[in-house]
Amino acid sequence: MARSSQKRPGTIEQLLAAKEIVVTCGSGGVGKTTTAAALGTMAAVHLGGKVLVLTVDPARRLANAMGMEEFGNVEHRVDAAAFGAAGIEPRGELWAAMLDTKASWDDLVRRHAPDDATRDAILENPLYQNVTGKFVQSHDYIAMERLYEIHHTGAYDLIVVDTPPTRNALDFLEAPDRMAEFFSSRFLRLLIAPYRSRLVNMASRPFYQIADRILGSKFLEDIAEFFILFQSMYDGFVERARAVTRVLEDRRTTFVVVSTLEAAPVREAEFFMEALSGKKLHLGALVLNKVLPDYLLDEQATAVARTMAGEPSRVAAGLPDALGDEKSRERVVAEVGESFLNFQVVAKREAEQRAELAVAPDVVASVPYFDTDIFDLAGLARLGEQLWS
Amino acid sequence: MAGGLLDRRLVFVTGKGGVGKTTVAAALATLGAQHGKRTLVCDIDAKGDLARFFETDPVGFDPRVVQPNLELMSMDTEASLKEYLSLQLKLPLLARLGPLARTFDWVATAAPGVKEILTVGKLAWEVREGHYDLVVVDAPATGHIVGQLSAPQGINELVHVGLVREQTGWMIDLLGDAATTGVVIVAAPEEMPVTETLELIERLRSETVVDLAAIVVNRVLPELFGRGEEELFERLCEPEGVAALTEATGGPVEPVLDAARLAVTLRRTRAGHLGRLRDNVDAHLPLLYVPYLFTRTHGLRATHQVAEALGAELGF
Repeated sequence: MARSSQKRPGTIEQLLAAKEIVVTCGSGGVGKTTTAAALGTMAAVHLGGKVLVLTVDPARRLANAMGMEEFGNVEHRVDAAAFGAAGIEPRGELWAAMLDTKASWDDLVRRHAPDDATRDAILENPLYQNVTGKFVQSHDYIAMERLYEIHHTGAYDLIVVDTPPTRNALDFLEAPDRMAEFFSSRFLRLLIAPYRSRLVNMASRPFYQIADRILGSKFLEDIAEFFILFQSMYDGFVERARAVTRVLEDRRTTFVVVSTLEAAPVREAEFFMEALSGKKLHLGALVLNKVLPDYLLDEQATAVARTMAGEPSRVAAGLPDALGDEKSRERVVAEVGESFLNFQVVAKREAEQRAELAVAPDVVASVPYFDTDIFDLAGLARLGEQLWS
Repeated sequence: MAGGLLDRRLVFVTGKGGVGKTTVAAALATLGAQHGKRTLVCDIDAKGDLARFFETDPVGFDPRVVQPNLELMSMDTEASLKEYLSLQLKLPLLARLGPLARTFDWVATAAPGVKEILTVGKLAWEVREGHYDLVVVDAPATGHIVGQLSAPQGINELVHVGLVREQTGWMIDLLGDAATTGVVIVAAPEEMPVTETLELIERLRSETVVDLAAIVVNRVLPELFGRGEEELFERLCEPEGVAALTEATGGPVEPVLDAARLAVTLRRTRAGHLGRLRDNVDAHLPLLYVPYLFTRTHGLRATHQVAEALGAELGF
């Protein structure tokens, strides 16, 4: 049940062996981060080499297990002892880093600022701090930017990155383009023009009047100062945004869509897969997470559950007295039967969703509903083995 | 008091992605409308998910009646700006500026908080003008809600004069009045949703003026066994028990027992997270429990089931 058998069989293993960058994406709460961490772990364990997991917002215990809390934005190697504790001997090295948006933006400014004075002026500008800290798209952009930066160092055989929780799963793909467009906007030039020269085109005067009444001229000046400063980095920035896009489009990069089999995430996954193919990006695999076990659909088992739920007293009477008094036996029999039937309803709905997944890539991997949380390397390996097989 | 939740007039519903935030927003609005309140429910993300919970066509910025007493709208910040400008500025000039889209997009991107203030401002304005008794907001997820609610203060820091600045004062008052405005956090009893809920509570307190009204714990699994029954179940799973059960039912019993075991462990893991949540929130804060829906997770039926569960929790 690990993969679709109709098409030319591919596996997650082949995919990870062939690619240099794996981007996991999907709607919130489906297990993107855990899947990314599990994929990275499996690659390090089975394929060897140097593998980096770059993640945005890991669960605290998972972050701890991988030493991310301590190192944050800095890449670091996951301690061999942590593998030892999980009884695993990896062939390669697993590295991990957490994405710190603010720190990454600061790095970017330091790299592109033409001189120290400009650099400091930008870093201290209140607008800059607001944009980088709060502006949602800045997270999307910086995630892709950092991915590019790390890939460009050539330090890793494989980088697995998960995407930030966005309102629209596609936002991060468009972020580099939008960022380039943003800094080359005609409107931007229009806006900051009066602060560069005293000459304001008559035709644009109404615009300034409105902007001034709404926002106040002090704020407009702040904006202008910020962008005049930022323009000194413009060329480097736009070129960079293009390079990031090129890396995402490269055949060495693949996208893994993660979803549960609930209606809303499936809808989003479908939308995402279509969008990827529309953009000629490589859809490597679909990972279906938290899938209920197949046995819930078994017909004979269903008959048993119906009997237990429907005639609990008859069934309980046939059970040994040593189990407990008859009333308790009856209740347990009824509960067990009903519970099966309840979960079966959900399992049926999941099967239906799965059948409806119209665009499916070559590799479809299912991960069962784990009854405990995944918070260490042993857990990641357990999940990873399900993906691998 | 939990029952007081719907006495507030502006309720923001947030939560980690995937926990059922939209369902709860739809259900709270339904409850309000059922109790005779003129209710507006607003979709912020404009993904149209909210409309699905009322099984109605996607709706735009202009509210549409979807049920008696209940109107649905979808936030559109550009439309909000236009409405604001035409109401407040009476600018005939606006028409001559043509489509605002590109310009607006740029300003909203460049000036952080503009989109947020237009969103919060529109909703707060509906409340202030008394157009509705209750406004329920399907707000952004935990990661973005603080930015939304703190936008008026943020704008105050950046913009010192101008029309925008004049508006932020009354908004802060309205948002900060606990009798009027409240946040509802939706959590599922799982690790990340509980962790994010606890983090959000802290951030709401330190970075916004808005009161936390309640936490809705969604998808609570039923307790399978009563006192002593779990031990009985364990004995039933031993070879003799299995043999007797197979005899009594005439079929394969292992999958049925496995499913029960899965249900028990799931419930237990979740109980741990639920306990962590309970231990770390103020004892007076209402925790409202909504059971896991085995039958439906979407559509009008699900909305009504969740509304019923919440109504019971609120003492209606």
